Amino acid sequence: MAETVFMGLPKRLVGVTIDGRDIEVVEGSTILDACRRLQVDTPTLCQLDNLTPVNVCRVCVVELEGSRVLVPACSRKVEAGMKIATDSERVRHSRRLVLELLASSVDMSLCSPQVHGWLARYGATPSRFGTDAATVAQPVKIDNDLYVRDYSRCILCYKCVEACGVDAQNTFAIGVAGRGFDAHISTEFDVGLPESACVYCGNCIGVCPTGALMFKSEHDMRTAGTWNESRQSVTETVCPYCGVGCVLELHVQDNSIVKVTSPMDHSVTAGHLCVKGRFGFQFVQRRRS
Amino acid sequence: MFGAGGGTSSYREAEDTDMIILWGSNARETHPIFFHHLLRGVRNGARLIAVDPRRTSSAEWADVWLGIDVGSDIALANAMAREIIHSGLADEEFIKRATTGYEEFARCVEAYPLERAEAETGVPAAAIKEVALEYGRAKRGMICWTLGITEHHNAVDNVLALINLALLTGKVGRYGCGLNPLRGQNNVQGGGDMGAIPARLPGFQDLENDEIHAKFANAWGGAEFPNKKGRHLSEMFEAMDRGELGSVYIVGENPARSEADQTRAVRLLSGLDHLVVQDIFLTQTAELAHVVLPAAAGWAESEGTVTNSERRVQRVRRALEPPAGARDDIDIICDLAQRLGFDWGQPTAEQVWDECRALSPMHAGMAYRRLEELGGLQWPCPDESHPGTQFLHARLWKDPVEGPRAPLHAVEHDPPVDRLTEEFPIRLTTGRRLDSFNTGVQTGQYTSPLRKGEALLIAPEDGKRLGVEDGERVKASSRRGSVEVDVGIEPSLRPGLAFMTLHFPDEVSTNVLTIDATDPKSGTAEFKASAIRIDKLSPVTS
Repeated sequence: MAETVFMGLPKRLVGVTIDGRDIEVVEGSTILDACRRLQVDTPTLCQLDNLTPVNVCRVCVVELEGSRVLVPACSRKVEAGMKIATDSERVRHSRRLVLELLASSVDMSLCSPQVHGWLARYGATPSRFGTDAATVAQPVKIDNDLYVRDYSRCILCYKCVEACGVDAQNTFAIGVAGRGFDAHISTEFDVGLPESACVYCGNCIGVCPTGALMFKSEHDMRTAGTWNESRQSVTETVCPYCGVGCVLELHVQDNSIVKVTSPMDHSVTAGHLCVKGRFGFQFVQRRRS
Repeated sequence: MFGAGGGTSSYREAEDTDMIILWGSNARETHPIFFHHLLRGVRNGARLIAVDPRRTSSAEWADVWLGIDVGSDIALANAMAREIIHSGLADEEFIKRATTGYEEFARCVEAYPLERAEAETGVPAAAIKEVALEYGRAKRGMICWTLGITEHHNAVDNVLALINLALLTGKVGRYGCGLNPLRGQNNVQGGGDMGAIPARLPGFQDLENDEIHAKFANAWGGAEFPNKKGRHLSEMFEAMDRGELGSVYIVGENPARSEADQTRAVRLLSGLDHLVVQDIFLTQTAELAHVVLPAAAGWAESEGTVTNSERRVQRVRRALEPPAGARDDIDIICDLAQRLGFDWGQPTAEQVWDECRALSPMHAGMAYRRLEELGGLQWPCPDESHPGTQFLHARLWKDPVEGPRAPLHAVEHDPPVDRLTEEFPIRLTTGRRLDSFNTGVQTGQYTSPLRKGEALLIAPEDGKRLGVEDGERVKASSRRGSVEVDVGIEPSLRPGLAFMTLHFPDEVSTNVLTIDATDPKSGTAEFKASAIRIDKLSPVTS
């Protein structure tokens, strides 16, 4: 009695060559999808599976035969017969430079081990621009009890803007203001979050790759030196509030919830939550000591 | 719906449909992640219609907002049905093959021409017609609702009126079509699934059916248990009032704050011979109890499952050790059984679930292992090779129809019980806000920058007429009681309509004002429609 399950229209397969290896992927896939199928590790910073590619970080670029410029793997769709090089000198040089420019001006210390692996793999030497190279260093913005914004860690990947905008939340509380090196993520007229359109869903935190956006609980613990991921467990459960049934990942340290995320590949949430699901957990940890 | 109490569609379908009618639901704030799916639908080209007395933040996303008068939903739905029939947009083939009761239904809605609907609902006739024809013509369309439909004295009739529209146009049982009540709490659906409703056993099986009763009795070692339908919440309060119900065991509910006409609710609970409350907090209800059983929090301190609004059964897991003395619900209940002379052992949540699967065919295929691998499964899922059911009632499109045909119901408009009069001229409706939840027991514990406390929101026109300003403290009174509350001037409200939440009962007991007129079929109280008056606190100086 299996009911009809909508699978979409059938799709054609498209053949491409990556680093001399042939592969067929479904039409509409990106070069990045094809690279992943071949387990070619491709650095990405502004790409996330639950967001539309915005092509801003350029760290995923690959060399495409017949193309004058390098192309971003995260958004370029495969076309039959494409010949792609992911590890040519030109690609390596470009990726190295992107990583060096970012790491010289931004505090990337809280990026994932994967990002640090890319820095090492491409031989990035951020210090080569000298000690007086411009940076985005600035004080942490703490203007509410739920999350903080530390733009000295911001690489301008736009993910938070996308998550706040059309890709998920559709609240549009933040955008990119300024140009060139002065470009930065900003609320309208740069007001504090409590005066902005922000609804504290925290979906920006969920997509931030550098720790620029962080639960205040995490920030406070890091400041106090008590944040310890080796003592944390992550447990999947379901939000206690409305009946949508969002899957939560509770990050727990010393029997306290310190952070809440949601799996990006879950059909209910696609990784996104609302203010209650993300921050409304205090009621299980106000305990009499 | 037609025998299975659950939303017929999956959230994903909202992304691919052509039209969504959000009826009596402010999903943007009350079901934010469902609204993400809905917005993807809107971005994919779906039309969004919002039917709501308030121009809510959901309505702001709509192509058309029908600003309906509180409690006139049936008049609107019936008029829409009449327009659909008169325009030849009814799906005659589907009606003939898959439904019953069409003749009587058509006669009933014939009495709702646009002029009457406009008078009853306050919605312009042209707008009603536009939305009716659009729904009639849409290839795929979904109707989603929340408490704006169900918190009325005629809740079930309201739901039937919406079901009628879908049946009339063949918009159920197909991908991208459906009827979806968005559940207000994380396991309201699961409670129903598990038989926590008066006439049902797990899997919506009929308690009063001898064969089914015998199946459960056998599985439980020949246990004797009632074979007649019990009371729902409102009937329990009535029974308390008549002195027929003297002992009550409340698990995870705070009726001393959440019931309409709170004064009466507290009086009845206080008068019980014996009240047991099992909860994770010492709630206001627990304070009235003779015995309090401290429980572990279901979602973070114990193992089990919950069911969401798309019928998806998902695992909840223990992430935290409960506080000292707080115990898992299963342990408490089994220990209680032991004291009453029944040895139920000390089952794990999975063992309890496997027993449920053995008795409830719609859950049979949902082994814990599968729930974990697949990110939950949607019922019905009759065996362990079944992928779960994306949408219900595809059977209605089989020729001939499999199983019983779906009935159309003739339902009549019946205005709210609490009539508007010169003495009580303002319609108070209640609802939720984004960052808070029900009586605020849980959400009150985290600091939300969005939270501004309780306010009586009124239209600017009413503010002017009453001579009250934004932030001014006033007395709001209904036929049942009065509260003092600050006024908020809210331009999105129409004149004559006021709004409050239930989130801050310690600040303002909104439920002192609400009426406990309940729907005889569902037992839901008419939280959405009270008649109030607003008086200035300080005497007016001339």
